[in-house]
Order: sequence, then C-alpha cells, then structure tokens
Amino acid sequence: MHELGIVVHVIEQVEKVAEENNVEKVARLSLEVGEVSSVVPDLFRDCFEWSKKKTKYLQDCELELIILEGLSYCQDCGETYKTTEYAKKCPHCGSYNTYLVTGNEINIKDIQVVTRT
Amino acid sequence: MENVRVLEIKEDIASRNNEQAKSIRAELKEKKICFLNIMSSPGSGKTTLIVNLVNRLKDRYRIGVIEADIDSAVDAYTVAEKTGVKTIQIHTGGACHLTCQMSYDSLCALGVDDLDLVILENIGNLVCPAEFDTGATANLVILSVPEGDDKPLKYPLMFEVASAVAVTKKDVLPAFDFSIESAEKNVRMRKPDAPVFFVSAATGEGMDGLVSYVEGEIAKVAD
Ligand SMILES: Nc1nc2c(ncn2[C@@H]2O[C@H](COP(=O)(O)OP(=O)(O)OP(=O)(O)O)[C@@H](O)[C@H]2O)c(=O)[nH]1
Ligand SMILES: [Mg+2]
Ligand SMILES: [Zn+2]
Ligand SMILES: [Zn+2]
Repeated sequence: MHELGIVVHVIEQVEKVAEENNVEKVARLSLEVGEVSSVVPDLFRDCFEWSKKKTKYLQDCELELIILEGLSYCQDCGETYKTTEYAKKCPHCGSYNTYLVTGNEINIKDIQVVTRT
Repeated sequence: MENVRVLEIKEDIASRNNEQAKSIRAELKEKKICFLNIMSSPGSGKTTLIVNLVNRLKDRYRIGVIEADIDSAVDAYTVAEKTGVKTIQIHTGGACHLTCQMSYDSLCALGVDDLDLVILENIGNLVCPAEFDTGATANLVILSVPEGDDKPLKYPLMFEVASAVAVTKKDVLPAFDFSIESAEKNVRMRKPDAPVFFVSAATGEGMDGLVSYVEGEIAKVAD
C-alpha cells in the first residue's frame, strides 16, 4: 500500500528531527497534502496510527492533515482552473496544453514537541 | 519542567527526493554509467525482459542488476542464474516504492564503478514509483498486452516520466482486445516524444529495436 511507504518516510524524517533536537516527545505533526497527490487521507491516517506505536517519539502524536487545493494552468489561454473538476482539459478553451501548479505536494510542515529541562 | 514548542520542518518529501536524484544522476554521468529504471504493474514481464536484454548486451557491456522487491528474493535469483551478471536484491520492507535513498544505497551495495549499465527493476506498481525519482538516467516503462491499451490514460504520471515505453507480451495479442494503435496514441498523449517498442520476450520479436534503444542510452552517458 502506497500510504504506508509515505508514512514510514515521514516518520523517519520526524524521528530524526526529534533526535537532533533532544525532544522528549512529538505531540503533533502537521502535514500538507495536495488534493491530487497520491495520498488518500483516511488511509494515511490508518497507516499513521498503526506505525506510530512502533516509534520512539511519536507514540502519542496527533496527526493534522492540511489539504491543499489542486490547481492547473492552461498554457494556451493563461487561465487557472480546479484540477479535480476538469483534469487535463482546460474548461476555458478546451486545450490539453495544461500543467499542474499546486496539489501534488506532500509537505512535512511542522511538529509540536515537548522538551524537558 | 515541560516545554512545548513548534519546530518548523517545511520539507517537501518529493522535492527532497528530487534533489538527491539530481545529484545521483550527475555522479553517474560523471562516471559514464547508464542507470536504467524499469517500471510496470506486477507481472508485466520486467524480470523476463531484463534477462532477455542482459543476455543480448552482456558481450559488449559490463552490466549489473538491482532487483527491488517488497519482501522476496526470487527475481534476483532468476536474473543471476539466467544471465550470470552481478545482481543484488533489495527489500523495501513493506513499502510500495523505492525512495532515492534506497536507490543510492543499492548502487553502493552493487558497486558500479566498473559497470557501463545498471538496470533497476522497480517495485511492480504504476502509481508511486513514478513519483519517486530514483536518480536513473532513463526510465523504461513496461505495459503488457493483457493489461489493456488504456493504462496510459489511467496512470498518467507513470507515462509522463517514461523515457521510453515497451509494450510486452506481443505474442498473446490475438487473445486480447488490445489495439496497438490506441496504445501508441495513449502513450503519445502523455509523452509525445517517447519511443514505443512492441516486443515479446517469449519469442524475441521486436527485441532488436529495444536493444538499440538501450545502447543509445548507454552511448548518451558515455560521451
Ligand atoms: N507470453 C508471454 N509471457 C511473458 C512474456 N514476458 C513475461 N511473460 C510471463 O509473464 C509472467 C510474469 O513475468 P515476470 O517477468 O516475472 O514479470 P515481472 O514484471 O517481473 O513481475 P513482478 O516482479 O512480480 O512484478 C511470467 O509467467 C512470464 O513468463 C512475453 O513476452 N510473452
Ligand atoms: Mg519481477
Ligand atoms: Zn508507494
Ligand atoms: Zn485554456
């Protein structure tokens, strides 16, 4: 399953940052996920809940998913449109000469951590 | 005392992977090594095609093969046994795609300095291997006749990242509702300039064209 691979990767990165910053635990993880990225939010959550139990710092971590809208740009007429509604075909002029501007990202935005001094 | 604070990470998983892939590609070009990443659905015929290609090229080039799998090692045994070239198996531990880090580690494990061509059999999957650049100098995407000629429409990104497409199992064409013209047209919609080869690893039909293509890719990095 694809989501599991991404979760494993995200957790690795976060554990690394946690280790480097001497934190006690990570309380929240905020992730930005593009609407047309290959990540299905519900599946991602399930994989995350399952995987976090095996981590050092993310045992009680809450996952925040921020969904970013998918927008495409048409090179023929210069208009921007919603990718989820029209896919590759520009609704303004019918051209297929379009590309995705936003919506494909999977960004680890930030983490809220607890440190003890 | 307990302190709570926020650490900014702002890391785009894909862009980090892309950066790493770029540097691997540059290093391979520097060393004049062609790195061919083969991607397809499970069972399309990647391993069979690799065996075939290697046996047609191994007299003229020094070749190594990396077999990626979720968990097994069957493909590496098959390739090693049927070709005799240096082959390693790597495992993704459950994940359905290879990250660039895994690709880099496997190049190091294989040892590539004495090779002209490294072939990577990626995980059988038409979705996410397309999103994770492996650092390959060329991506060969395989589509087999039984899967249907509409796959490029359903998995656009995979065909957009293809340097070339090989339609395999051409020998079973009579048994399937598969149109060569539609397949070619559908690939063109995604990647207008990618060469498309129609081959059968079983009968050897069309393999010469594909072999020339790979030789061309080797020549590209060699000069
Ligand atoms: N008829 C025919 N069968 C083929 C051809 N190429 C491969 N096969 C058969 O297709 C099946 C799968 O081939 P593999 O080479 O193992 O496919 P793969 O893509 O490596 O499979 P995974 O590694 O499991 O994803 C085997 O039974 C092969 O014998 C071909 O050109 N023609
Ligand atoms: Mg295989
Ligand atoms: Zn994946
Ligand atoms: Zn337009």
